[in-house]
Amino acid sequence: MAIPLSQIVFIEEQAAGIGKSAKIVVHLHPAPPNKEPGPFQSSKNSYIKLSFKEHGQIEFYRRLSEEMTQRRWENMPVSQSLQTNRGPQPGRVRAVGIVGIERKLEEKRKETDKNISEAFEDLSKLMIKAKEMVELSKSIANKIKEKQGDITEDETIRFKSYLLSMGIANPVTRETYGSGTQYHMQLAKQLAGILQAPLEERGGIMSLTEVYCLVNRARGMELLSPEDLVNACKMLEVLKLPLRLRVFDSGVMVIELQSHKEEEMVASALETVSEKGSLTSEEFAKLVGMSVLLAKERLLLAEKMGHLCRDDSVEGLRFYPNLFMTQS
Amino acid sequence: MRNPGLPGWEPGPKRDAASGGPGGGAGRGPRSGMHRRGVGAGAIAKKKLAEAKYKERGTVLAEDQLTQMSKQLDMFKTNLEEFASKHKQEIRKNPEFRVQFQDMCATIGVDPLASGKGFWSEMLGVGDFYYELGVQVIEVCLALKHRNGGLITLEELHQQVLKGRGKFAQDVSQDDLLRAIKKLKALGSGFGIIPVGGTYLIQSVPAELNMDHTVVLQLAEKNGYVTVSEIRASLKWETERARQVLEHLLKEGLAWLDLQAVGEAHYWLPALFADLYSQEITAEEASEALP
Repeated sequence: MAIPLSQIVFIEEQAAGIGKSAKIVVHLHPAPPNKEPGPFQSSKNSYIKLSFKEHGQIEFYRRLSEEMTQRRWENMPVSQSLQTNRGPQPGRVRAVGIVGIERKLEEKRKETDKNISEAFEDLSKLMIKAKEMVELSKSIANKIKEKQGDITEDETIRFKSYLLSMGIANPVTRETYGSGTQYHMQLAKQLAGILQAPLEERGGIMSLTEVYCLVNRARGMELLSPEDLVNACKMLEVLKLPLRLRVFDSGVMVIELQSHKEEEMVASALETVSEKGSLTSEEFAKLVGMSVLLAKERLLLAEKMGHLCRDDSVEGLRFYPNLFMTQS
Repeated sequence: MRNPGLPGWEPGPKRDAASGGPGGGAGRGPRSGMHRRGVGAGAIAKKKLAEAKYKERGTVLAEDQLTQMSKQLDMFKTNLEEFASKHKQEIRKNPEFRVQFQDMCATIGVDPLASGKGFWSEMLGVGDFYYELGVQVIEVCLALKHRNGGLITLEELHQQVLKGRGKFAQDVSQDDLLRAIKKLKALGSGFGIIPVGGTYLIQSVPAELNMDHTVVLQLAEKNGYVTVSEIRASLKWETERARQVLEHLLKEGLAWLDLQAVGEAHYWLPALFADLYSQEITAEEASEALP
């Protein structure tokens, strides 16, 4: 079942609503007399609606719009089974109904354009004001740099929270709290509460991506940005909370219970590997019930500490007990 | 809180209430007790006073500017609220408008997605949209990692995310995905975006991929696989360099070796297999993904 693109006059989107799916309305020229037989011989409507029950309408609309702009069918050889209809041309005979519809569509499109341009205009005005805020914050930051720390802690905290509200990167980093603000301090305390149990369930250690998913899924709304999470976690140790942030050599970031001693876990990892002779990260992960990401980090740490050595081949990365150490 | 640098509070002999303190009748400048000191001490005292005055001015300036910023921030918040009441829906429904919005923010040096506590996020709701998308991206990548080693095309990711979102959720564009992924980089688990042949490969594991690896991935994008000869011909590399890059990709699980291919060994990138696009994520894979 197909309709030649040349048959299309105009397309427009209809947003989804409650109980109805998103649609693209495709307005068509009248059918040529020699049209191929199809589901219907004729219709009182001069348009069809494409219904998108499960998304895809954004990309489809974009591609169809592109095709309507390029009008490639006009460059194709005429000898095609589907009759080509050239676009609106002077002197072409149209059914009266179509003219009325086209005019209405044109008005509607202008209206939509107007709505969009109004939004865009308002946005531009807003951005001008936002830019003023950015300039002001730069000037304050310069003053702070000039004064070389003669600014009170209170003022620093205030300034940082202003930057956070606007989404302006902090140009002045303070050793004590980094980019953290009061908000992040509170967040750190909250996290300590939320993560205690999940950490215990997972052997005392979780990757930051796991934490991000866990926390945001639990929240449902007013979600944390990745940076919020990182900034809060950076404050865990300073605030003497029972969790800490740790960054491995690979750049992987994890949250550990203070009581968790990864180096001690390495000893048990060595036992496990020895029992099996050798293990890859995936095998170890499955045995121990950890994520592959963290399993790999543990094995790498064991290697760094000298307990394991690697066999890195195209078959994968495999770890063996380091017999050079134990059997000298 | 009194600032000891303010004039009128020069450390020294105590004054009685009538003549001392800021705003007191005695005014500013060297005090009556000064002329009792020697010339040297007087000069030092003068210098101290000058420094104190300078500091005071400096503090007041920052104080002033911070107060000014606080006021302007309140005004801006009001403007943003107004904007949100008129156009929040537009941002929600129109991905092109979202792109314009993001681009303009970037131009002026503002990151609307830096924090969920930011005005943009709170009032326009842009935060929740992208942060939730981030969670969905992480879950899809985790579920498919064992198939593709942690590399996936933007197209496939897009399809899988849309499936996972369900019928009634808001539609998302590829641009939306890219922005969400850029934010995920902060979490340190190796999220990266690699441009290949007009689209992008999304990396979700901390495998190190340098320029050489990236270029070979781009070469492989055409057919889904690459050979040593192809690399030598297109990139003009020595065989050894090509082999090293391919070995690295194999070791990281991003490429599979096909020794039975006609001619020479083919190195396939599962991330680029078009056939896998429509495959469902199995229940087992999904349970891998959820923490």
